[in-house]
Amino acid sequence: MKRYEQFSHTADIGVRVFGRTLEELFENAAFAMFDIIADLDGLKGDITRDFELTAPNYEELLISWLDELLYNFYTKGIIFYKFEVTLVSADLINAKAFGRAVSDNRNRLKTEIKAATYYNLKIIKKDDYYEVDIIFDV
Amino acid sequence: MAPWNGPLEKIDEFRWRIPKSYMNGMRVDGVIYADDKMIEDIRSDKAAEQVANAAFLPGIVKYSLAMPDCHWGYGLCIGGVVATDIDTGVVSPGAIGFDINCGVRLVKTNLKEAEVQPKLKDLVYALYNDIPAGVGSKGDIKVSAKEERELLVEGSKWVVEHGYGRQEDLEYTEERGAIKGADPDKVSQRACERGKNQAGTLGSGNHFLETQVIDEVYDETAAAVFGLEKGQITLMIHSGSRGLGYQVCDEYSKDFIRCLSKYNINVPDRQLACAPVKSEEGKAYLGAMKCAANYAWANRQCLMHLARLVFEKIFRISPKDLGMDLIYDVAHNIAKMEKYDIDANEKVLCVHRKGATRAFPPGHPELPAKYKKTGQPVIIPGDMGRNSYLLVGTKKAEETFYSTFHGAGRRLSRSAAIRACRGRSISGELEKKGILVMSSGRETLAEEAPEAYKDVNEVVSVVTGAGISKKVCRMRPLGVIKG
Repeated sequence: MKRYEQFSHTADIGVRVFGRTLEELFENAAFAMFDIIADLDGLKGDITRDFELTAPNYEELLISWLDELLYNFYTKGIIFYKFEVTLVSADLINAKAFGRAVSDNRNRLKTEIKAATYYNLKIIKKDDYYEVDIIFDV
Repeated sequence: MAPWNGPLEKIDEFRWRIPKSYMNGMRVDGVIYADDKMIEDIRSDKAAEQVANAAFLPGIVKYSLAMPDCHWGYGLCIGGVVATDIDTGVVSPGAIGFDINCGVRLVKTNLKEAEVQPKLKDLVYALYNDIPAGVGSKGDIKVSAKEERELLVEGSKWVVEHGYGRQEDLEYTEERGAIKGADPDKVSQRACERGKNQAGTLGSGNHFLETQVIDEVYDETAAAVFGLEKGQITLMIHSGSRGLGYQVCDEYSKDFIRCLSKYNINVPDRQLACAPVKSEEGKAYLGAMKCAANYAWANRQCLMHLARLVFEKIFRISPKDLGMDLIYDVAHNIAKMEKYDIDANEKVLCVHRKGATRAFPPGHPELPAKYKKTGQPVIIPGDMGRNSYLLVGTKKAEETFYSTFHGAGRRLSRSAAIRACRGRSISGELEKKGILVMSSGRETLAEEAPEAYKDVNEVVSVVTGAGISKKVCRMRPLGVIKG
C-alpha cells in the first residue's frame, strides 16, 4: 500500500496519507512530513526518541504528533525516518521515532515546513484502510 | 481541482461579492478584488470558499475581504483581510498565519545599475555566503534566554542597540519595529527555543533578498520624497518570525479549538479557531503574537545590516556614500488594533491581515513625518523574473480597512511548478534575462519559478484601478538570494 501521495495546493503542500490501521496512518503521516523536509533515501540512524502524547481526539492527536516531531527536528536537529506508533486510546499515543543528526546530513535537507495545519482535517475510514488529507504550511 | 462554483456577483470592474446567503452562518458578505481575468484564476482554487468561511467569525465588521493576489491557504485565504469589533469580536491565529509578521523591507542605495553590473556576480555570491538562509540555518545573533525575552519586547531597537543598524532605521519601520503590549510570559519555552538560533536568518521557500534596479517611475514627487529615481539600485528583503512565530501560532491554534465550545463559536474550519479579543485567551495570544512580530522586525533589521556590510565590502565605499537607508518595513501577516469610523462612530477594530499589507493614506497620524504627504509606502515583491513595485496608501483604501495586496500571488502549486520546470534550468533561463539567482534549497528555484506566480503587473492594475493604492515606481530584479 502506498504510504502517501502529494496533492496540489496553491500555497502550501498537501498530502493524502494512507494506513491499514490508525497506527500505520500516524506513522505514514510522520514519514510523509520528513520525506518532504529531507531526502530520506538510504538514511540510517543512531538516535531514538520516545513520545507520549495526549489530545481530545484522533485528528488533534495526529497534529500534536507531527508538531512534536517538527519541534524535535528544529530544536534538537534530528531528521526522523522511521516511526512506531501505539494507540493506547482515542486520546493517547505512545510512539518511538528513529532518526539521525541533521549536522552530518545538511545536504539532505529540502523544504522548510512551518507547521501541520488543522485545515479540513478529517480521518476517514475506508473499507479496509484509513485516509487523511493534511496541509503543511511551507 | 474542480473550479469553485459558489456565487460571485460582479459589483464593478474590480470588485466581486459572495453574498452572505451563500452559507448559513456567514455574518457578512465576502468581497474579492479582481478583474474579469483574475477572478477566473481565483475560482480555480478554494480561496473564495475561505473568504466565505471567514465571514463566520463573530464580530466581523462590514465584509470578509480578499485582495487580487489571494489564493488558497488554510483558515483564511492568503490575501485575506478581516476586521473584527474588539468588544464583540474575536481574534483568530489562522487569519494571521503561522509566519507572524512575515513582511518586507525596501532599502535604497546611492548606486546606479552601471556601477553594480560589473560586480553583480561577486555581490550575489557574497550575499549568499554571508546571509544565513535555508532549512535549519542558524543566525548571527546568539542570545541568552533573558536577552531573547528583551528582544521579544524591544524588537528592532534591541538589535540596533546591539550593533545591527542605526537608530534612524527604527523611524522607518512599522511600529518602530516594536509593537507595544508584547508579553514574553505568553510565549512558550518551546517557541523561545525554536527562535533562539534563528534571529538573522532568511528562512526558505518564498523568502528572499533581492538586489533590484528601478526601471520605471510613475510618481516623481513621491519618489523624490523616498530619495528614489530611475536607474537606482534598491534592496528588498522578505522574511518573517521564523520558528518562533510558527510555534506561537501552532500552540494558540490548538488551544483556541477549545475556545470554540467554551464561547459557543461556530466556524466551518478548525484552522479558523478563535477567541474573543478581550478574553483571557485572546489577550494571551495577542501578547504572544506581538512578541513574534517584534522578533520578525528584529530579524529583518539584522538581515538588512548583514546586507549593508556585504555592499560595503564589495563596492569598497563608506556607509555614508553608499546611502543604504531604509525606505520602509511593513508586515503582511499580522493583527493590528486600528480606529475606523463605522456608521458615524469611531471604533477600534482588530484588523487581521494575512498576506495583505497595511496601506495608510497621506496624513495618517501613524506615519513618519517625512511620509505624511506621500502616504505609507507599500512594498510589493513580484516573482524573481518579473517586477516588484513600490506603491503608497490612499484615502480610498478606507473601504479595505487601509489594506492592500502583498505580492503577485501564487498561481501554481509547488508540485505543479516543479513538474513544469522538469528538465529546465531556471537559473539559466533567468541569467539570460540578466538576473542572477542563488538558492540553498534543492527545489526552491523550480517552486519559485516566475510562471508559478500571477503576473504582478496585472495584480497592480487591479489595486490601482480600484483606487486602494497608487504606484510610485517599479523595480526589476538583478540578483536574487532564495532560502
